[in-house]
Amino acid sequence: MTPQSSFMILATVLPEREAELRLLLASMNGKPGLANPNNSLVPFAAFPCLHFARLVILDDQTLNDITVYGLPRVNYPTYLAFLGDMDGTIAALFKEMVEQAGDGLRRIFMHCGEYKHGLDLLAWMSAHNVAPAANYVNWIGRTVQQVKEEENLHRALQQYRQENADSLRTMQPRQVREKMREFSLAEQQSGRLTLSPPRPTPLGWQLRNLVNLVAIPLLLLILLPLLLILLPFFLILLRRHELSDPEVAPRVNPEHADLLSTLEDHDVTNQFSAMGSLKPGLFRRLTILFVLGAIDYTARHIFNRGRLARVTTIQFARWVFLDNKRRVLFASNYDGSLESYMDDFINKVGFGLNVVFSNGLGYPRTNWLVLDGAKDEQTFKNYLRRHQMPTQVWYNSHPGLTAHDKHRNALIREGLHKAQMTESEIKEWLRLF
Amino acid sequence: MSTATADFSDIQGLVRFGYGSLTEASFLLLRIHSDAAARSWLATAPVTTAEQLSKPPQRALQVAFTREGLEALGVEEDLLSGFSPEFLSGMAGQESRSRRLGDVAANAPQSWQWGGPGNVPHLLLLLYAQPGQLDPWEQTLQTPGWEAAFEVQSRLQTSDLFGTEPFGFNDGVSQPTPDWERRRSPEGDQLNYGNLVSLGEFLLGYPNEYGKYTNRPLLSTREPGIPALPIAEDEPDKLDFGRNGSYLVFRQLEQDVRGFWRFLDTQANSDPQIRQELAESMVGRKMDGTPLVRSDVQSITGNDPKFAAQNQFTFESDSDGIRCPLGAHIRRANPRNADLPASSGFLGRILHTFGFGNHAYRDDVIASTRFHRMIRRGREYGPKITPQEALADSPDASSHGIHFLCIVANILRQFEFVQSSWVMSTKFDAMTEESDPLMGNREAIAGCPFTNTYSLPQAPGISKRIVDVPQFVMVRGGAYFFLPSLGALRYLASTRPPA
Repeated sequence: MTPQSSFMILATVLPEREAELRLLLASMNGKPGLANPNNSLVPFAAFPCLHFARLVILDDQTLNDITVYGLPRVNYPTYLAFLGDMDGTIAALFKEMVEQAGDGLRRIFMHCGEYKHGLDLLAWMSAHNVAPAANYVNWIGRTVQQVKEEENLHRALQQYRQENADSLRTMQPRQVREKMREFSLAEQQSGRLTLSPPRPTPLGWQLRNLVNLVAIPLLLLILLPLLLILLPFFLILLRRHELSDPEVAPRVNPEHADLLSTLEDHDVTNQFSAMGSLKPGLFRRLTILFVLGAIDYTARHIFNRGRLARVTTIQFARWVFLDNKRRVLFASNYDGSLESYMDDFINKVGFGLNVVFSNGLGYPRTNWLVLDGAKDEQTFKNYLRRHQMPTQVWYNSHPGLTAHDKHRNALIREGLHKAQMTESEIKEWLRLF
Repeated sequence: MSTATADFSDIQGLVRFGYGSLTEASFLLLRIHSDAAARSWLATAPVTTAEQLSKPPQRALQVAFTREGLEALGVEEDLLSGFSPEFLSGMAGQESRSRRLGDVAANAPQSWQWGGPGNVPHLLLLLYAQPGQLDPWEQTLQTPGWEAAFEVQSRLQTSDLFGTEPFGFNDGVSQPTPDWERRRSPEGDQLNYGNLVSLGEFLLGYPNEYGKYTNRPLLSTREPGIPALPIAEDEPDKLDFGRNGSYLVFRQLEQDVRGFWRFLDTQANSDPQIRQELAESMVGRKMDGTPLVRSDVQSITGNDPKFAAQNQFTFESDSDGIRCPLGAHIRRANPRNADLPASSGFLGRILHTFGFGNHAYRDDVIASTRFHRMIRRGREYGPKITPQEALADSPDASSHGIHFLCIVANILRQFEFVQSSWVMSTKFDAMTEESDPLMGNREAIAGCPFTNTYSLPQAPGISKRIVDVPQFVMVRGGAYFFLPSLGALRYLASTRPPA
């Protein structure tokens, strides 16, 4: 199995070059916000390990919100973030990128304060890579190569069964599966279909994963007495904050909403980039640190097979701390429209959204950290839309395929290769077509 | 907080009644010539209310406005900005909205007969009458001030097809029941599909399925000289302009009746029974309205006794879609699921909430239905044509279709969601390469070369798959309207002080 990783190169945009940068980024697109996969600056399609990538200018429109606490506005810099979700290691991808797109990347990063002509680009990119506080991968181990090969398999089998519908109809399920198996083997032998076997899981990753799996519960166990002592204080503080924290979620400026929707629904999958400040004070910072740690742990070890709690439409998602844990960036790739994404958020995992985002300044009021909050539907939608930022360049290596599609295709392949299947398993498998 | 029941005398009748006994109807799309003349016409317009009369009315009139219409009446920005963004932008107002609604290619607003760019009506008058009385009714309404006030942009005729839509199916069988008495408490997980839906899903000014008040225009009580409007329940220092009003979504959907039956006839090798069964599978009901899935034992709250037999079902007993295909129109338009499908017991619900216990890739992927309901009030147009006539080799120049009307409090969450995430979606219920067998526009999407298939799951395993399904329904016009309360209408009609 090849595990996935994510990178995010972060650099400060030079204010005097921001307009120029925006034009440059726009030149990478085929449609508004949608990258031309073969654009001359960063030809994303040339990197076969890359699932999704985006370039987004982190221009936080909500910096004034802090004034509801009577605190002064902090003028954080405007950043450029280059994010990617990929198979394998960051080091390998960065090396490839510098080799194949070094000039384009330099042209982009020249608009940032930290990058200077003549710097070693590879070292610079590595130094400016920011790790997420929590990372979610819909299916750990599913590679781009696998997605593409299995979609080809799906299409070939659909075509086969279409062309042979009359004869297949007269056969028993077991025989139908046998025919499809023979067809797929013949296609593989003729070289028209490829189904590469999974690579061995890197030993280092296995070890780190195991250590993470064991060490974190162990640490919690050791700290349990202390945590239990702290719990009542935490709850008292939580209630004090919850009852007094102001909401800041006015109706979204129509121009902002229009700009965002111009970039959406060109594909069945969409991008979401949002950022905001944490509520002031140590309490919220520690709470979100703990919560994101828990999310990262469960995403790594529990929710790694197609479902993040009840949600099946998120392909990749991450939370990243910025500015000394004063601000948080949330970036995701999800299937469906924004409205269906919000519906999932509110109706399926409202509690999960609440525990994280309620630490964000202005979030609709929660009760006991998990209740209410997102259930205040319109306020919640305003809050998220208002914090969302236009993603200037977005790349999807497999447009038209949702996480469900990828899962179905993997099941098709799995059923094709199983040595033994019961009658009912075969029927279940045939229902995938 | 006041929880007074709805005041029917302040609500336009269409929210409560379909005016089934008024079999004649025409829909007038108007542009306002003179705002003053329009206001005086509106001030005396005999708009029908939702009050129950001892006998059905002989005729009815309903009035609704687009954003452009409210502007033409001189409504100020303050008030306008309280309406929902979808209403303000309009059905054809944004390319991204058109993409989501499936209004692209042959459905694109640029080719609509009305409602497209530069062609948005101001005002919609819905006229209903008993047979033979429609023309006199329209003449009655054309009072002396009419000519000065309005220009008729279109007069959309309807026809009485005796309860069927143009393809020949019984229509309007399933409707949500608004909770007029406000007995329902929608908070918390609803474990069963129900048909009784919070009033605030259909009328502004009342709590919706989240127990919240949908955003709407509110006025400061300090404004002098304005006609009485009710106090906003959630903000008692404001007057509620929206209360008892609603949004009315109007789409003119042309149906290619000949194309539909001819395609099915080819698929069925001209076997009339197979042909009809195939059509029924696409709808999810038999032509007489009987559902294809078995009745549920458990009763469904809020079902209209008149259509009890037709609506006593969910799709739980048919999770593989053997009886009613997963992509059938009625499964897409109303999946009839609950908040936490297929979980039982406290522990089961907790486990389900965290996503455990769902193993198949299709488990629990459809959004909970209760947040996506709409009251449908459409009327057909074009002459009646039977499947046999549709197949006959005679020329037919007439067009057929539905003037689709639905009533919702939140256009985005109700109409647009159902249209984009369910009906037009090529990925509904984790399927692929197909959209609604009746409504789909069959347009290819990025990465999916074709979306024009339709699959019928079969008990032995592999589904029957129909390819190259043509487009049967074309969008010919549409707009988002505001259907004001009688009080709000009086407010709009009142002469305004010069600015």
